Amino acid sequence: MKTKILPFIFISLFFFVFLIFYKGLKNPNIYTPNLKIEKNIPIFKAQIFQKEKLISSEEIFKQDKFYLFNIWASWCIPCREEHIFLTQLSKQEKINIVGLNYKDKDENAKKFLSELGNPYDIILSDKNGILAIEWGAYGVPESFLVYDNKIVKKIIGPINEKSFLEFINLLK
Amino acid sequence: MKFLNYIIFIIFSLNINHSLAQNDDIKSEITKNLRCLICQGQSVHDSDSEFANSLKLLVDKKLNEGFNEKQIYNYLTEKYGEWILYDPEFNENTYFLWILPILMFLIGGAIILRVFIIKKS
Repeated sequence: MKTKILPFIFISLFFFVFLIFYKGLKNPNIYTPNLKIEKNIPIFKAQIFQKEKLISSEEIFKQDKFYLFNIWASWCIPCREEHIFLTQLSKQEKINIVGLNYKDKDENAKKFLSELGNPYDIILSDKNGILAIEWGAYGVPESFLVYDNKIVKKIIGPINEKSFLEFINLLK
Repeated sequence: MKFLNYIIFIIFSLNINHSLAQNDDIKSEITKNLRCLICQGQSVHDSDSEFANSLKLLVDKKLNEGFNEKQIYNYLTEKYGEWILYDPEFNENTYFLWILPILMFLIGGAIILRVFIIKKS
């Protein structure tokens, strides 16, 4: 009796561990953030781009309106790709585009805008990147669709045609 | 006189270091327990990426605002999820992770007890 239980325990333990490792092997080991969470936007005060004035989040984000909070920088190459979509979105009346200039030099940012056009209704300046962290951002470019002071959708990386069409559908 | 100035300078700089050290200790302890989300296998403390540098500044800012270690962890998990912590909390998602080593230890102990001690007697 004794001799039969021990191998049984060993084998079941082996299978148990094997199963866990096998399952773990299939899991992606790259971090995939949760994109479908409705979270309140952070309350903050930020400097307006190229101005000394501070503006609070309550003044920017009003209820009953869509806002696209877009984090960008002149040194970020994918930001150039998504710029065309931002320009098209800015023509929509139902949405306001709020830009966050991330760790950028004012001069370069200005050049970037005069080169590609300015789709933003308001631009905030984030010189040390703290505000982006408060929004839960990873880097540039990153966009948050905000409605009723809640983050409805989050796009990490540049806006592409697919996400652009999703926005247009949501705005209808 | 020059020598005296040197001594004063050295004592002064040592004092400044001492008062800064305590905040720095907590800061490095916190950032060592934060995963740099955009760089694989590195803590925020070790990384020099834009993300990590901003996060270090944020931890500094929160410490100055009077947040304690736990409050900072809560604040960041709310934004980035549990994954940002190297030391995950005990909840329904992680209980298996925490209990498995203890379970293995107990089973292993039981086997050793059976094979070596009970057999002998």
